Amino acid sequence: MNILNILSEIEKVDEDIYDRLSPRRRVMQDFYNVGRKISMAALPLALSSMFTKAYGQSGTRTVNDVLNFALTLEYLEYHFYNHTVVGKDPASSVKDVTFNFPSTAALQAITTIRDHEKAHVDFLKAVLGSAARPELAYTNFDFRAGGTYNADNSYASGGTFGDVYTNYATFLKVATAFEDTGVRAYKGQAGFLKGNQVVLTAALQIHAVEARHASHLRQMAAAAGLTIKPWITYTANGNDTGVAPADAVYAGEQNTTQATIPITNIATGVTQAAAAESFDEALATANVVTIANLFLKPAFRL
Amino acid sequence: MKSEQDNLSTSGTRTVKEGYNRRKFLSALGLGTAGAALLTSCGHNDFYDEFRNNNNNKGTTIDFKDDIGILNYAYALEQLEAAFYTEVVAKSSAVFSASQNAFLNDIKLHEIAHREFFKKALGSNAIGSLEVDFSSVNFTSKDSVLATAKAFEDLGVAAYNGAGYKITTEAYLVIAGQIVSVEARHAAWIRDQISNGSFSDLNSLTALGADNSKGLDAALPPSKVLPIAATFIKTKIDVKNAF
Repeated sequence: MNILNILSEIEKVDEDIYDRLSPRRRVMQDFYNVGRKISMAALPLALSSMFTKAYGQSGTRTVNDVLNFALTLEYLEYHFYNHTVVGKDPASSVKDVTFNFPSTAALQAITTIRDHEKAHVDFLKAVLGSAARPELAYTNFDFRAGGTYNADNSYASGGTFGDVYTNYATFLKVATAFEDTGVRAYKGQAGFLKGNQVVLTAALQIHAVEARHASHLRQMAAAAGLTIKPWITYTANGNDTGVAPADAVYAGEQNTTQATIPITNIATGVTQAAAAESFDEALATANVVTIANLFLKPAFRL
Repeated sequence: MKSEQDNLSTSGTRTVKEGYNRRKFLSALGLGTAGAALLTSCGHNDFYDEFRNNNNNKGTTIDFKDDIGILNYAYALEQLEAAFYTEVVAKSSAVFSASQNAFLNDIKLHEIAHREFFKKALGSNAIGSLEVDFSSVNFTSKDSVLATAKAFEDLGVAAYNGAGYKITTEAYLVIAGQIVSVEARHAAWIRDQISNGSFSDLNSLTALGADNSKGLDAALPPSKVLPIAATFIKTKIDVKNAF
């Protein structure tokens, strides 16, 4: 076993490995200094603890993993909205978007959100360069969540949200779930980008835009008759939308303890509802993957 | 028009030329000269200047050398926001609808929750209570209240986004993320009360570091955020290791 070869191999796929281990390589020097005294049997354990420190809880989740994961979610959001916006153009060949927006302002809002999602896709692709995941097209998605499709990719029947493009309320419910998922997903990835000025900052900037979208979509949903606030309020299972199929999107949002500090009644008037609303919750990669896969056709699932 | 905090305060002094900085603040946030004239027309009360000058001007220090500094920075901004919405809820209900008042009260409670969280999390490392000055805000004017609220929320988003990469403790980084998305939800709602559909008008946030072409929201370092926030804070804040 030759540790230098191992690190050299890792460096081929992760050129930042030495910086991860120690920005000043002091850890490496320490390791070399101590290494002579460590028996060969102890080496795997010593290595293991080094990598736990370097990569946090993830083990091997790289910056590119995070960016490609984000890119998948941005493709999902972009195609969802784009199909709607294109479908409302009378000249378009897309004919299955049959619900009507209640106002031009509503269509404009969805167009604004679509444009941001497109900007996110283009930005992430540019940052990733040749490392970007394969492009996802509209037909790679199943926005009805379990629908069946004809050979020409047109919708046949079924799906949890089978009326997503024929019922404005369903469309808003799915849109809200996507944005709230996006907000949670970026938060869940932040730890993997800790200390990375360029990438973490950009991820946080995208994250905030998703939160603005979520806030507005929730206002649109309220205007369409749902009982919902711009922020996620307390319910027993975290899901304040009343849309049961979206439970997984909101699981954990009922949390009112932050960093071991109980928020409810932390000051006069801070109710359980206010405590839950005041902190959005992160969602781990695996949970986000489960949600995203509901809307991806089988061959394209994560 | 003075905030209640003025009367309660035992320390603090104004450390900036407010006229200049308010203009800078307003221009950074896209408010035109009309808005500036509106705000500056709310005069200053000399009595309170005397009151403050006769007190001990202890001030406070935020040292960005570690996470404690970043958390205190967030604590300072949350103090400012919580104080602002406390005033709004107390003084502005007549100019808003019932549903708007309900959401403004929600926002007040969120900001208080954030403030108290940081106070508890910091414990003995927490800076003291800041003395605020909202004399430039007309709390009986819907436009003045909403313009100021928008400025605070967008600035809050910029502050958390711009400081996140300096946080070394993962748990605190996640907390910052948990709070900034709530601030962004506030910002979107406030903006929609001013002009429906402006919830994420990134072109209007360029001065705060947003980039519409990339779909990126605001992000500013403390060295740019604090001078803007300082126009509403009378307590002298010494900054060390700023970035």
